[in-house]
Amino acid sequence: MAAQDSDSDEDLVSYGTGLEPLEEGERPKKPIPLQDQTVRDEKGRYKRFHGAFSGGFSAGYFNTVGSKEGWTPSSFVSSRQNRADRSVLGPEDFMDEEDLSEFGIAPKAIVTTDDFASKTKDRIREKARQLAAATAPIPGATLLDDLITPAKLSVGFELLRKMGWKEGQGIGPRVKRRPRRQKPDPGVKVYGCALPPGGSEGSEDEDDDYLPENVTFAPKDVTPVDFTPKDNVHGLAYKGLDPRQALFGTSGEHFNLFGEGPEGASNLLGDIGVNKGRKLGISGQAFGVGALEEEDDDIYATETLSKYDTVLKDEEPGDGLYGWTAPKQYKSQKESEKDLRYVGKILDGFSLASKPLSSKKIYPPPELPRDYRPVHYFRPVVAASSENSHLLQVLSESAGKPMHDPGTHSRHQLNASKRGELLGETPIKGSATSVLEFLSQKDKERIKEMKQATDLKAAQVKARSLAQHASGSRAQPLPADVGHCSWHVALSGGTATTRASSFKPFAKDPEKQKRYEEFLVNMKRGRKDALEQCLDPSMTEWERGRERDEFSRAALLYVSSHSTLSSRFTHAKEEDDSDQVEVPRDQENDVSDKQSAVKMKMFGTLTRDTFEWHPDKLLCKRFNVPDPYPDSTLVGLPRVKRDKYSVFNFLTLQETASLPPAQGSSEKVPQPRAPDKSRKPSRWDTSKQEKKEDSISEFLSLARSKVGPPKQESSPSVKKEEEHVTESLSDQMVNKEVDSQPEGEGSRPSMDLFKAIFASSSDEKSSSSEDEQGDSEDDQAGVREADFKSSQETDLVETSSGAHDSKLPPQDPAPSFPIQKMQIDQREEFGPRLPPVFCPNARQKLETPQKEKHKKNKEKHKTKKEHRRRKEKKKKHRKHKHKGKQKNKKSEKSSSSESTDSSDSQSDDEGTADLSPQELLRRLKRLPLRRQ
Amino acid sequence: MAFPEPKPRGPELPQKRLKTLDCGQGAVRAVRFNVDGNYCLTCGSDKTLKLWNPLRGTLLRTYSGHGYEVLDAAGSFDNSSLCSGGGDKAVVLWDVASGQVVRKFRGHAGKVNTVQFNEEATVILSGSIDSSIRCWDCRSRRPEPVQTLDEARDGVSSVKVSDHEVLAGSVDGRVRRYDLRKGQLFSDYVGSPITCTCFSRDGQCTLVSSLDSTLRLLDKDTGELLGEYTGHKNREYKLDCCLSERDTHVVSCSEDGKVFFWDLVEGALALALPVGPGVVQSLAYHPTEPCLLTAMGGSVQCWREEAYEAEDGPG
Repeated sequence: MAAQDSDSDEDLVSYGTGLEPLEEGERPKKPIPLQDQTVRDEKGRYKRFHGAFSGGFSAGYFNTVGSKEGWTPSSFVSSRQNRADRSVLGPEDFMDEEDLSEFGIAPKAIVTTDDFASKTKDRIREKARQLAAATAPIPGATLLDDLITPAKLSVGFELLRKMGWKEGQGIGPRVKRRPRRQKPDPGVKVYGCALPPGGSEGSEDEDDDYLPENVTFAPKDVTPVDFTPKDNVHGLAYKGLDPRQALFGTSGEHFNLFGEGPEGASNLLGDIGVNKGRKLGISGQAFGVGALEEEDDDIYATETLSKYDTVLKDEEPGDGLYGWTAPKQYKSQKESEKDLRYVGKILDGFSLASKPLSSKKIYPPPELPRDYRPVHYFRPVVAASSENSHLLQVLSESAGKPMHDPGTHSRHQLNASKRGELLGETPIKGSATSVLEFLSQKDKERIKEMKQATDLKAAQVKARSLAQHASGSRAQPLPADVGHCSWHVALSGGTATTRASSFKPFAKDPEKQKRYEEFLVNMKRGRKDALEQCLDPSMTEWERGRERDEFSRAALLYVSSHSTLSSRFTHAKEEDDSDQVEVPRDQENDVSDKQSAVKMKMFGTLTRDTFEWHPDKLLCKRFNVPDPYPDSTLVGLPRVKRDKYSVFNFLTLQETASLPPAQGSSEKVPQPRAPDKSRKPSRWDTSKQEKKEDSISEFLSLARSKVGPPKQESSPSVKKEEEHVTESLSDQMVNKEVDSQPEGEGSRPSMDLFKAIFASSSDEKSSSSEDEQGDSEDDQAGVREADFKSSQETDLVETSSGAHDSKLPPQDPAPSFPIQKMQIDQREEFGPRLPPVFCPNARQKLETPQKEKHKKNKEKHKTKKEHRRRKEKKKKHRKHKHKGKQKNKKSEKSSSSESTDSSDSQSDDEGTADLSPQELLRRLKRLPLRRQ
Repeated sequence: MAFPEPKPRGPELPQKRLKTLDCGQGAVRAVRFNVDGNYCLTCGSDKTLKLWNPLRGTLLRTYSGHGYEVLDAAGSFDNSSLCSGGGDKAVVLWDVASGQVVRKFRGHAGKVNTVQFNEEATVILSGSIDSSIRCWDCRSRRPEPVQTLDEARDGVSSVKVSDHEVLAGSVDGRVRRYDLRKGQLFSDYVGSPITCTCFSRDGQCTLVSSLDSTLRLLDKDTGELLGEYTGHKNREYKLDCCLSERDTHVVSCSEDGKVFFWDLVEGALALALPVGPGVVQSLAYHPTEPCLLTAMGGSVQCWREEAYEAEDGPG
């Protein structure tokens, strides 16, 4: 083991120098102060900065100007035995070693040798060569050197040469003599730069006579454009004095040919002295003939016109046969020719590219409109009113767009459907703005007529009651004024009463109705004195006041009853957003198709829906998966409409948590409302809410009576109301608790409405399938509905706190804990249930809790049908039997090994009968501990 | 889930009852193997969760802290933590060794039917009868879920997680597969309320059991039906199904007290293993060996293949 450990230690690789482990009690070293920090070289010598003249850092020997030997350099010693070797000192011998280092002035680094360096010579060397050539004894000798240049060509040169390139030629495939004049073949790829199209067609025939078809030429060599920047203040193309002429007196004109001869730089300096005897002095333009000049040759350089081109022509010199090579073979194929031209010369392992290099495509900038002015200024916003309409018009004209005629809306006021109309589109089915539009025509009509009836009735009732109320409150003018203000605000607040004409609360009294309509019109115009104006002046003060109240409340009523529906059926706000993805509905649309597909076992595309789904960014991170939509902030399905029309959201929509009990029929209006009013802070709020609630419930009950059989008792809302009336205070507390649950499901509208609207819903099916198990013997619709309702409620009770749970047992004469547990189990069940606890009599158990569920409901809601009451008795009976069974089991518990735990809890339950709930809880808490 | 490496011997079905654990925690709602199959978890209706060695039959630890019966549990990949969900609407993260509650996630509106860890045990996914799947972050201290998948229209009965997918079966008759990598949701309509779903071990198929007493093997990518397995009884209860350790057989609980084995390819009934008189409510298959755990009533049975020899005596 130990050996292994040491081995593994050796295998470790450590980087850097580890810190010395601190001794016990030793203080960590203090950092060195700034003034004590010194710079030393690698030999430990101080490096000090000496200043510009003393050589910077560490000049000389140990910061002296001297050498190792001191001020006097070593003297020349040479003896017969010991010959001093004549050393040639190079510049390096006089340099410090720092200078040769990487950052010194003469760094020794790896550089490309000449073999691989490109042919571009450095300027100094070139100049030196030129100088040398000029001063050479034989002036043209360097030209020879150039010709016999050793293999100093770069690799690129050699490669090109092997491919058949010759110096002086251009690079590229061989071309016909006049490629420009050939018709550009669209199928032929053009390598390199494409030649400009077109050209003179007329001169085509002049050289065709002596050139064979397939003679090709190398392309012209391209002389690179010299981009030497002009960095002097001389005139264009001015050339100053040539130093060669100035120094050596040679006229540059004659030796230009040889001036480019290469020569080593080493003999440059030495050779100057040799040439001393030659003529010196300045000669050239504008200097005249000096005294030292012997001949006065061409003092004033004469420019002849022949040196200039007078005609624009091809640059190609002579006959254009530059770089001509004899044709190798004559081939008729034109297509393969281009490739074959290279075949003999392509290097091994290389092949001709089949595709040209993609040239960068440059798009021209967009053309600006002719009248574009590159200046933007913001126009002042002028509100459209009568006095500044002229200004508006002027402004809009200056903006270049014609004034809209007042009939058409501006673009931003149009919604999608209006735009579609303007564009002549047929309205899309899917983009209906209301749930009602999904209904069939028949249903629509039915609902419509019901609604009319309801509205009318409700309005009349409302108006009447309000009138009564108003007459009661005539004595106090102050609150009426307050009300006046409030309704004015409420009405002018936006909900335009455009459809007020359809609502006639005072239809019986046409005079009054007329006054009311007038009032509404005035209201819409925003007049404060709308009420006063429309009232009949012949009426008494009392009548006027009364009518004023009536009108104002009727108007309010209209708004609220109208907004009741609109608050439930939300308009899709996303309609106009084009970026919203309208995914077809997951649920309701084609479930029947899918069902038939499932029946035919045609799984696959028929039964599959695929949606875009956005996982949360953090979830992706946790799953180690890249975010599929990195720049989307959306989470979940990208549909908003789904939520709006979902039945489930609908059921929990009710935001008014503590609504007054629903009104089943309009006749009972005033009485039960009284206690609610006392709770409300404001009377106006109350009336508003009541109206909302009333109208919708009326609507619902009417709808129900039309849709289903006219069973008033089976309607849950009526039932509920009655229950509420007769229920004790404690039950109200329960309800309140229920209502204050986060689910807020306390006052759902009945299921019937949703059945009526969503005729075929899968949810209903699943819930009914679950119900079928229990009450198959019960009569169908009403009972199931009641089941649903009651199961909802009991469920809610269940979801409330445990303390509340413990409140319930007192209703049950002899509660036993495990049974209760089972009940709750079964009641909470929505989908497939959990199997029963004890296997042998599973069937029996299964039946029992289901019944008990009903029983419990009935205990809560005492007003039920008679036959159900009978059934309840039956169930009670059965339940007793069930309990007896449990007792039996308990008696045989000692012998059986079955479930010691359940017997545990049972033994607890025995004591429960006379124990306080707290005690029970305490015991329960102790249970698991004891088992451990 | 690790892919099993191929073994030379042919498939053997666990049909020898090796051990019966009397869990003593009321009805066993679910029995689950841990990640390597050495231990198992039983979820009791007496609010406890127990950790066992199923082969020896020893109880290792009891985890109590749920406020109601425990309906499902899962172990993390490193066996360091457990998660469970139950009727108290809470999802609980446990420390295996200490038995303490590490976190309690509340937010579901109904009881939690099923819980799963993701591959790295950084997220717990829980499906509830409130028709939502909630993804709870185990790393941060955030009380609310990272994301709520509320596309289901009815209670979620089963959730399974692969490295980048979440497979959920719902009572609304649909199997939804959330693909995090693609950012897509695939919803397959089956029609009948779904009780259990699972991935095949090769990750290409999904097995779906529904209340019409049918198991269906669906192609994961296209949703096509690859096989249908009937013969058992599953009409009312939420029963488990799974695939054998090498994807050779389809295994399902039944309400008539048997466990049914079908050949995956042929669809023929291979074995109907009688367990007892009641309902087989849960089962779990060993990840690598032919070993099956079934839960009936208050006890758990451990089954091995016929040739299996126990290494040591009863523990």
